[in-house]
Amino acid sequence: MGWRYMAEIKKKLSAKKETSMPPSTQTHKRTFQRPKSLTDIPFRYCPGCGHGIVARVLAEVVDELGIREKTIGLAPVGCAIWLEDHFEWDMVGPAHGRGPAVATGIKRVLPDHVVLSYQGDGDLAAIGTAEMIHAANRGENITVIFVNNAVYGMTQGQMAPTSMIGQETTTTPGGRDAKRDGFPLRVCELLSSLEGAVYLTRTTITSPKHVRATKRAIRKAIELQMQGAGFTLVEVLSTCPTNWRMNPLQAMEWIEKEMVSYYPLGEIKGA
Amino acid sequence: MSEKILMKGNEAVGEAAIYVGCRHYFGYPITPQNELTAYMARRMNEVGGTFIQSESEIAAISMVFGAASAGARTMTSSSGPGISLKQEGISYIAGAQLPCVIVNVMRGGPGLGNISAAQSDYFQATRGGGHGDYYTLVLAPYNVQEMFDLTLLAFHMADQYRMPALLLADGILGQMREPLILHRPDFPPLPPKTWAVGRMKDRPMNLISSIRLGEGRLEAHNHDLQRIYDEVRKNEVRFEETHTEDAEVLLVAFGTSARVCLGAVTEGRAQGLRIGLFRPITLWPFPSEALVRHAEKVRSILVVEMNMGQMVEDVRLAVEGRCPIHFHGRPGGGLPTTREVLEKVREGL
Amino acid sequence: MVTFTIDVERCKGCGLCIAHCPRKLLSLSPNLNSKGFHPVRISDPEQCTRCLNCTTMCPDVVISIT
Ligand SMILES: Cc1ncc(C[n+]2csc(CCOP(=O)(O)OP(=O)(O)O)c2C)c(N)n1
Ligand code: SF4
Ligand code: SF4
Ligand code: SF4
Ligand SMILES: [Mg+2]
Repeated sequence: MGWRYMAEIKKKLSAKKETSMPPSTQTHKRTFQRPKSLTDIPFRYCPGCGHGIVARVLAEVVDELGIREKTIGLAPVGCAIWLEDHFEWDMVGPAHGRGPAVATGIKRVLPDHVVLSYQGDGDLAAIGTAEMIHAANRGENITVIFVNNAVYGMTQGQMAPTSMIGQETTTTPGGRDAKRDGFPLRVCELLSSLEGAVYLTRTTITSPKHVRATKRAIRKAIELQMQGAGFTLVEVLSTCPTNWRMNPLQAMEWIEKEMVSYYPLGEIKGA
Repeated sequence: MSEKILMKGNEAVGEAAIYVGCRHYFGYPITPQNELTAYMARRMNEVGGTFIQSESEIAAISMVFGAASAGARTMTSSSGPGISLKQEGISYIAGAQLPCVIVNVMRGGPGLGNISAAQSDYFQATRGGGHGDYYTLVLAPYNVQEMFDLTLLAFHMADQYRMPALLLADGILGQMREPLILHRPDFPPLPPKTWAVGRMKDRPMNLISSIRLGEGRLEAHNHDLQRIYDEVRKNEVRFEETHTEDAEVLLVAFGTSARVCLGAVTEGRAQGLRIGLFRPITLWPFPSEALVRHAEKVRSILVVEMNMGQMVEDVRLAVEGRCPIHFHGRPGGGLPTTREVLEKVREGL
Repeated sequence: MVTFTIDVERCKGCGLCIAHCPRKLLSLSPNLNSKGFHPVRISDPEQCTRCLNCTTMCPDVVISIT
């Protein structure tokens, strides 16, 4: 991140209306420390990458629920493959897109454990479409954390099933063209007709408010899993500043400007 | 503890799995192994296990990957086209060092081929099958009793070496009905699966993964795997010999072809031909050394397969020109006959 | 009393915390950490309201506030 970038942040700050809450009435003893469920290894993600926020929030929820020793996570093929280094709970690395099927196998052996399939958009909504739909349709009692960054991050920025119309990627020079490439795929809406899917919600990470909503959604999904409710999925609209060729702040703005109108936030299917 | 009953080969495999505590079966329908899937559906219900008819063979093997990660004995079965789809998962399972049993009730290929029995997947089975530098244990039964016995063994060896074990049968073996003695094996005890995920209590996190990032880690991992494969080669070679002591012509065949060859040996001996049968039971590891001992004594070797010549390549590699090697094969669902075999034997004399 | 800790070596200078600090206490240091990033710094920890916006937005778990 270049030094000139600081000037840009400053500009944005001054342009932004002060949204500050009156400090005195705000929470006095609020603290934040590194979640116990995270290892010491620094995240390997690019600067400003949304994966870091989602992974940390997930660790916070697992800590708060006190379920670390009962949690089994999946580190997908994609940038989140690094998660196997970062969580202090048991981890499994499935093949590209097979997370929901692997999670099924784990959960059927260990029904009293919490099984979390963390997946990217290419992983979940392209190569793993069949596994996703059928795990949801079986009402498999697992939670999918779906990080939708509208691009294939790890492989250097190809079109994802969730890439926006007109979005430039390395495989859509000139932008995604619906005629040639089809339309951005809305996973929550797609799954919402399935009886087995009980909780499908979409959040983002563009502001503290949204990150907190993401955390609440993840917590709710895991609690539902602990109650044996069925298939739960939290879709998080996230950033890939590197492959979007933007700085982290522009990337957050791009979600708000381009993605949110197409991918509505909130519960798509409630429980 | 044993019981004698009449059973189909496919069902014998299923019952053996139940006997050794496999409680997690995942599969997708394909002929000629459908009896096995149906049998597992019924038996898992009875014993309180898990049966899932998955959305595909890719999903089935992925579920096996998950269940094995969690420390369970688990199995899937299929035939050629489905086994091809499973290769992704088998490679990951080998890389992650997970035990499991995969059953291939072979049919003819390539492509969709047809549903009649064949031995066309020998190459795929014995060379790992998927991408990367790995092997699976490959056991080749030749009757219903062995469908049972080798399934027991497959589970044990898979756990012992932490690698996938493949039972390589064919449509005839799967569907034939023969008397079978059900028995509990008395294998030596295995160490607990402390590497499995779940049931974490006062231990660091466990990781099941086939990825090895970081300088030199994958190379070291490949060497670790090779050390295990060397152990297997040293300890686990299995084969059976019939009338080999004085044989001039040695038949080499596995599975259903070996049944045909046994008939040919009996018939040929009655006609005064000095022939014997060498039947590999483990196709990987291949019984090369034992075969070499024979190659030095016999006039020729005749390899009989239900394909266009696959195992014959391993025979040639083992024998290294010590004696002439002939081949008789019937692909695409054709079954070699004793007459064809004996004709070939005479040519070789 | 606010104990505001910045794990300088983890910081990638992405600026997300800076953009969301309502009191504008955060900025990038002109110095580089060993990874070559300008890490974040805080001008006056006593002014911090513990709103936790910075820790919430940080993708690299750099800041702790106790
Ligand atoms: C079978 C297979 N095909 C392709 C790849 C290459 N590959 C690795 S990651 C990836 C895309 C991941 O994209 P996504 O799921 O969106 O994750 P992100 O990196 O964006 O978080 C691909 C295609 C692979 N590892 N395996
Ligand atoms: S490539 Fe994109 S998704 Fe991957 S770590 Fe970098 S910013 Fe994150
Ligand atoms: S806690 Fe709030 S006020 Fe304090 S530094 Fe962070 S963002 Fe600023
Ligand atoms: S958000 Fe975190 S990584 Fe980014 S500049 Fe602030 S402290 Fe550093
Ligand atoms: Mg992506």
